[in-house]
Amino acid sequence: MIRFLATRTLGAIITLFAKSFIIFALIGLMPGDPLDLLAQANPDATPESIATLRSIYSVDQPLPDRYVAWLQAALHGDFGFSRIQHRPVLDIVVPALGNTLVLTGIAFVISTIIAVFLGTIAATRKGSWIDRAINLLAYAGISVPSFWLSLVLIYIFAVKLGWLPAGGMPHVGDGAQSWASHLLLPVAALVMVEIGGLTRYARSAMLEVLGQDYIRTARAKGIANGRMLLRHALRNAMIPVITIIALGFGHLFSGALLVENIFAWRGMGRLILEAIMGNDYNLALVCLLFTTAMILVASILADLAYTWLDPRISLGGRRR
Amino acid sequence: MSEIALEPAISVWTLRWRRLARDRAALLGLAVLILLIALCVAAPLFERTLGVSATDTDLFTRFSPPGDGHWLGADDAGRDEFTRLLQGGQISLSIGLLGALGSSLLGTLIGAVAGYARGKTDMVLMRITDGIISLPVLPLLIILAALDLSKLGFSQDFIRSGAAGYWRIVLIVTLLGWTGVARLVRASTLALAEREFVLAARAQGASAWWILSVHILPNAISPVIVATTLAMGRVILTESALSFLGVGIQPPQTSWGSMLTNAQELIGNAPELALYPGLLILVTVIAINFVGDGLQAAFDPRTDSR
Repeated sequence: MIRFLATRTLGAIITLFAKSFIIFALIGLMPGDPLDLLAQANPDATPESIATLRSIYSVDQPLPDRYVAWLQAALHGDFGFSRIQHRPVLDIVVPALGNTLVLTGIAFVISTIIAVFLGTIAATRKGSWIDRAINLLAYAGISVPSFWLSLVLIYIFAVKLGWLPAGGMPHVGDGAQSWASHLLLPVAALVMVEIGGLTRYARSAMLEVLGQDYIRTARAKGIANGRMLLRHALRNAMIPVITIIALGFGHLFSGALLVENIFAWRGMGRLILEAIMGNDYNLALVCLLFTTAMILVASILADLAYTWLDPRISLGGRRR
Repeated sequence: MSEIALEPAISVWTLRWRRLARDRAALLGLAVLILLIALCVAAPLFERTLGVSATDTDLFTRFSPPGDGHWLGADDAGRDEFTRLLQGGQISLSIGLLGALGSSLLGTLIGAVAGYARGKTDMVLMRITDGIISLPVLPLLIILAALDLSKLGFSQDFIRSGAAGYWRIVLIVTLLGWTGVARLVRASTLALAEREFVLAARAQGASAWWILSVHILPNAISPVIVATTLAMGRVILTESALSFLGVGIQPPQTSWGSMLTNAQELIGNAPELALYPGLLILVTVIAINFVGDGLQAAFDPRTDSR
């Protein structure tokens, strides 16, 4: 177990390094360079003085040299400054990460529960009208553009009915009610988009399990339906579902990026778009790295969840 | 001697088509798609017969209600909404098709090479595949869409042209979208390479490319067709998101996503303008998914999950 965690973490760190280089190189291809704002802001700057500044800040160095310099600073905890907000990047990213985790975490839990619930109902009543209705709902969830769904929710609940705020963050010191009212619409939009694919996977995983011999045996022994579903079927059906959930973390994050931008939720998605649009190199770089790291952590957690659900899967390479 | 009634031989594709033709959802999806494509292609025809323009702005017809040639009214710049939707559909649908075909071709190539070469090549290619799968896709797409092409050596004339914005989207969707098909094709290739007819071809001295293109890929094609169909829906969604954020299709070109760019301001006074493009995306992608799942069931009757 510990050995598994160690090798997986090591692998994730190596992957993260490789990805950091690719992201660094891509950011370098974005329009302009970190000094052109300075040059634009100062009409007296001569080309020579700009060139001097470029060499002072090493912007004129080749890509690998710049990457190594950045990496050395980053490993010492120095991720640089945001050139638009004029604050250390970490001071900006950490609260945004918190806000995103609140939003995606709640949406993740709710959508998993709803999807497994709907998938189980659809599988046990295969072919009925309720199965068809759930299937149609799942199709709609897969096919709807999340940003447009958010706009529709804003139109109905904020513009027409006026029940909920159209976006923004709760103020500092606000109570739970303010948090709930600000979170309700973005979470609803994310959940609707997420449950589409998840419900279909949960349904087919459940169908697969329900056709197994041990379920027939359990039924023959006269076990109550609910207990059979919970103890025998659900646990096994969850194993493939967990894979999809883990692989779908990137999908959830992409959805959050759009939803955060529409609801003005101060999370990573909004920050990333602002940083890319404003050519805020350091900020964009660190945001992307944190996001990649989050996805890697999610995949390791998914592997741990496998062993918990299915003791036959041995992570240490040795059969227990 | 009695005559034996001989039925004409039925090819596997006829069988598949018959199975698909029994699937009402798939047929409905197919009909909706064909209707949408026909309408979008006919956009110039509608413009001429209705006497409206999808591109010319007109301050006097801003937000005008339906009527007077404007079937769905006019948008915030006085352009005819109905024909503009059709024009946007040309871009959205063709990007969906090209992006899906591009990523399938690239994925088939990579998957076939990995599955046939095995060993180190396979390992490296699959590591890259896994790496791309675990990337935060949308932020990367935004960066790729915002890259300064002049730093990659393209001329300013090309960068400013509408074609650059269009092909850029097709290219980046292809570059990040091939992983699913690559895995499918690799798995099929690994299995097929063990079969007797492949061994026989190899024993006769057939080259690797010959074996792949004549013996293996034709046998691995049906899951790829399904994946390509489903990918078309995903590409349309991705393009709409990028264009909505302002990094996709650039004016004067328009797509369903770019028509929603200022939708957030529109929902206050003209909500229907924010409604139509999204509704079209939803209907199109649902139709594509119906067709894709219908094809899946028709190609592989064992996995009929419906």
